Amino acid sequence: MSEAASETTFETVGGRRNAGSRAWIARRAEGVVIPLGALLVGMAAFSIFLLAIGKSPIELFDLMWRGGFSSWFSIQNTLSRTAPLLLAGLCVALPARLGLAVIGGEGAIVLGGVATAAVGEALAGSGVPGPIGIVAMALGGMAAGGLWIGAVGALRHYRAVNETISSLLMAYIAIALMNHLVEGPLRDPASLNKPSTQPIEAIYRIGAIPGTDVHWGLAVGVVACILCWVLIEKTSWGFAARVAGGNMRAAQIQGLPVGPLIVGFCAIAGACAGLGGTLEVAAVHGNANASLAAGYGYTGILVAFLARQNPLAIIPVAILLGGIDASGGLIQRRMHLPDATVLVLQGMIFISILFSDTVYGRWKIFNPELWTEKG
Amino acid sequence: MATTDIGLWGVPLAILGGAIRVSTPFIFVSLGETITERSGRINLGLEGILVFGAMTAYAVAVMTASPWLGLLAAAGAGACFGLFHGWICKFPRVNDIAIGIALMLFGTGLAFFFGKSFIQPLAPHLPALPFGFWSDVPQVRAALDVNVLFLIGAFLAAALWWAFRNTRIGLIIRVVGDSADAARAMGVNPDRVRLLATAAGSALAAIGGGYLSLYYPGSWNESISSGQGLMAVALVIFSRWNPLGCFAAAILFGGAGALGPALQSVGVSHGYYLFYAAPYVLTLAIMIATSSPGRTLAGAPGELSITK
Repeated sequence: MSEAASETTFETVGGRRNAGSRAWIARRAEGVVIPLGALLVGMAAFSIFLLAIGKSPIELFDLMWRGGFSSWFSIQNTLSRTAPLLLAGLCVALPARLGLAVIGGEGAIVLGGVATAAVGEALAGSGVPGPIGIVAMALGGMAAGGLWIGAVGALRHYRAVNETISSLLMAYIAIALMNHLVEGPLRDPASLNKPSTQPIEAIYRIGAIPGTDVHWGLAVGVVACILCWVLIEKTSWGFAARVAGGNMRAAQIQGLPVGPLIVGFCAIAGACAGLGGTLEVAAVHGNANASLAAGYGYTGILVAFLARQNPLAIIPVAILLGGIDASGGLIQRRMHLPDATVLVLQGMIFISILFSDTVYGRWKIFNPELWTEKG
Repeated sequence: MATTDIGLWGVPLAILGGAIRVSTPFIFVSLGETITERSGRINLGLEGILVFGAMTAYAVAVMTASPWLGLLAAAGAGACFGLFHGWICKFPRVNDIAIGIALMLFGTGLAFFFGKSFIQPLAPHLPALPFGFWSDVPQVRAALDVNVLFLIGAFLAAALWWAFRNTRIGLIIRVVGDSADAARAMGVNPDRVRLLATAAGSALAAIGGGYLSLYYPGSWNESISSGQGLMAVALVIFSRWNPLGCFAAAILFGGAGALGPALQSVGVSHGYYLFYAAPYVLTLAIMIATSSPGRTLAGAPGELSITK
């Protein structure tokens, strides 16, 4: 896995070709070694925390390995949780390349899920073939999420409303809207204890990848990451977005369409998160209810920052965090720790990774310009 | 006491009482954030610090049977978070907004971690002053039960407003917030001022959290905060970094937050989830109305990253 990570974190920021291959490796290695180091520092801080409350970090990391990665069963469990994290991570990473901190992906996931359930209800008994119905539901989810985060981008550009605050406020509004719809207009009268929408008909459910228990959402998420990487790194739109992210004023002076770029990238980001909501409804729960607000949107923030906002690096990072998530139950039962243990670990890794921003460019080994002539 | 039927008059009365009750955490968090932002930093982590403060206050109040000790502990814990934020943000290229996001998640996670065992036990509440003693109508009496912290918050708003204008410390904070270079020329260390301003702001936010768990709603659980810490940050921008404006805006927000429960209490049950969204919609609407892409906001500290 570490090999995949080192390959995918490479950035294609223009570097001079004149230095040899060692210099090339050194420059790219910085973006891999520092995040990995920050990850280890976060885990070390968490170990100290565990020792301070009298628990064994070795036991915890052993359980984390066994619960998340050691067997085929646990790997399947991990991969099932990876799909929404991939899409939630993209929802943070795409706007981040434009310099925007959009952190309300949870709202897009929730509304994407509700829109999917609404389309599913309209499809019930219509006789539309399964695959077409699934595509329709996915489009519904993507449209809802895309509009929601696209609106955040529009507010940012045309009204200068801070996107961090507005996206989080809109996440709260989205959850209130979901509660309203699920308890009112869209409620299935048969759902007594936990208000839910009508269950989606079996032919419109997204199934498992053959030979596994992992639903197709994983493949969808991986494809979305690859497409977003191509969009950012290989298209002129992506190039314009990176220029704007580096210096918004310069991009405006160059005549780049900054407004449409911001709104467009935010809408694509929201569509990704909305698709995550579709998967939660059509592949996992079978209907929309309060379980949609499961916090994937917030873990997605950490995924994107750990991946340094690179869509390809999101894939290994989401698998890692999915595994940590998957082992939460085991840790809770075996070590009698609260379920928030995983949140504490995530928080420590998050702070560590942000702190690591300060060490870039400081070490000579990663900086060929500072190497002395060796002939 | 005989119950008196006051019909629909109950709605504005409940909103008034609710505004006083609900606004108190907004007052403390927004005053705290005002201090921090006036020094040129933004701390988005107040939401997490508020939740951690709520947990600390409740846990200490359960263990010592004193709500005031609980508040003190919460303020101490909040100050620690603030010191951490202030310390880590002084390093080059560390982004204060991103650190705030991380603290939001970390503070909440840590509060849930330690707070698990305090969901059951009951903590003593903070005292309230019965300003409604003159009335026989129970709804009026309920609405005018004013908590001591609300009064402290009102006093604090006025004191801060005065202090920013008339004291040496107030001037230093404002200089650091407007131009770090000017502050250095005066012989003031901007990082140290920001460190202390963030710590003070976080301590106030944690007290706001303590109010949530020790008075209204008055219990500790994992959904104790519904974004008050975050809304308070938006509210600071709306009130243009003016402590008196913060107080007024907090009352307005408290009223919006009380709308849902007030309507529910008179039997409006249809769509009440949408009324619960009222404070968020109001915050967003105010942000849209008061921001503008063409000009910087009046009164904004020059060093603040959020307005650049």
